[in-house]
Amino acid sequence: MVTGDVKLIGSWASVFVMRARIALNLKSISYEFLQETYGTKSELLLKSNPVHKKMPVLIHADKPVCESNIIVQYIDEAWSSYGPSILPSQPYDNAIARFWAAYVDDKWFIALRSILTARGEEEKKAAIAEVEERTDHLEKAFMECSNGKPFFNGDHIGYLDIALGSFLGWWKVVELDANHILLDETKTPSLFQWAERFCNDPDVKPLMPETTKLAEFARKLFPKPQA
Amino acid sequence: MADEVILLDYWPSMFGMRTRVALEEKNIKFDYREQDLFNKSPILLEMNPVHKKIPVLIHNGKPVCESLIQVEYIDETWPGGNPFLPSDPYQRAQAKFWGDFIDKKVYGPTRLIWGAKGEEQEAGTKEFIEMLKMLESELGDKTYFGGETFGYVDIAMIGFYCWFDVLEKCGNFSIEAECPKLIAWAKRCMKRESVAKSLPDSDKITKFVPELKKKIGIE
Repeated sequence: MVTGDVKLIGSWASVFVMRARIALNLKSISYEFLQETYGTKSELLLKSNPVHKKMPVLIHADKPVCESNIIVQYIDEAWSSYGPSILPSQPYDNAIARFWAAYVDDKWFIALRSILTARGEEEKKAAIAEVEERTDHLEKAFMECSNGKPFFNGDHIGYLDIALGSFLGWWKVVELDANHILLDETKTPSLFQWAERFCNDPDVKPLMPETTKLAEFARKLFPKPQA
Repeated sequence: MADEVILLDYWPSMFGMRTRVALEEKNIKFDYREQDLFNKSPILLEMNPVHKKIPVLIHNGKPVCESLIQVEYIDETWPGGNPFLPSDPYQRAQAKFWGDFIDKKVYGPTRLIWGAKGEEQEAGTKEFIEMLKMLESELGDKTYFGGETFGYVDIAMIGFYCWFDVLEKCGNFSIEAECPKLIAWAKRCMKRESVAKSLPDSDKITKFVPELKKKIGIE
């Protein structure tokens, strides 16, 4: 176990920060969690991530690592002898996991967020349809990657589970906002069951934000336009 | 067992060039198949059904999509020669950070420079120069981005070099004037056989852009 020289700059509400925290939990790494105040950026954040000025930033022995998926890979490599492997060991499986993690960020998340920023019913309906189509792709990805096992990564949660699963809190919040089921037990049954398993994982459960609290925060972040 | 390696690609794509360079660096024999992106082939649609984009690397029948994922896959699958990524986890994270930066921040503005006009084009040019300067600052006085050996970030960026001439003409600026160290780095990379083989001549790209604009319906 490593203590003292690991810090993480982040926020309780951020999906991307959660990814790093889950990875640290998987490896049983103790760290100092430096919570950013909503609406401001600390000097340490600006100094550690001058290019993007965004969280999360992992600071390990005073050296910063930025970008959530890169941080997760770093944690897996820097503490490779601690806990389970996060990335698959075979190059092809690794490439597939990275492909879908990139899809989650570049395509799926963008669609999910556009539900929250949609102006009017038409835009919202279109955004919902897009999320449903992309979630369908992820259901297929799950079948492809899991090979009958409980997680994308197999027996334990791994890179792609973390990449997508960290969204589950916000997924619920967007469902409430849209008044529409977005993770449907009948349409995407494997993903639905995976989601329950993921949220109950001991390295994930303490980090998943409470829906009411997150919904309240979402209203601040995505205020509804005045009628 | 002989490996079967196929690359579905499009000659002007700076992303396809990454994979070409990576394969050449490792001396891997591959079957290059030029794609018509305006009339997508069954194999492209079958091998990349999600994005329907090039490049697609097909290794023994199994597709790998997304250029930087392909570069890493090539490095892991054929470990001989100089590795593209360092073994130190922190150095690896830095390399991936800059590869990601090039994808997120450098590519976007280039489309505005050759594809847009007026204020939009000017904004694209300004942003592009700013992003190049960040990259140049990261390069510093090193031979390559990773130090003494040609690697991941060099591979991620070098394909943009053959587009520099047309970008300069469209945006009316000089990249060498703004980022001399980056140009010097690019010329060093061009001396490598893998790069010289994989990048088209700049004037081919310069002639291509007006045709592309017509094809996609922008003047």
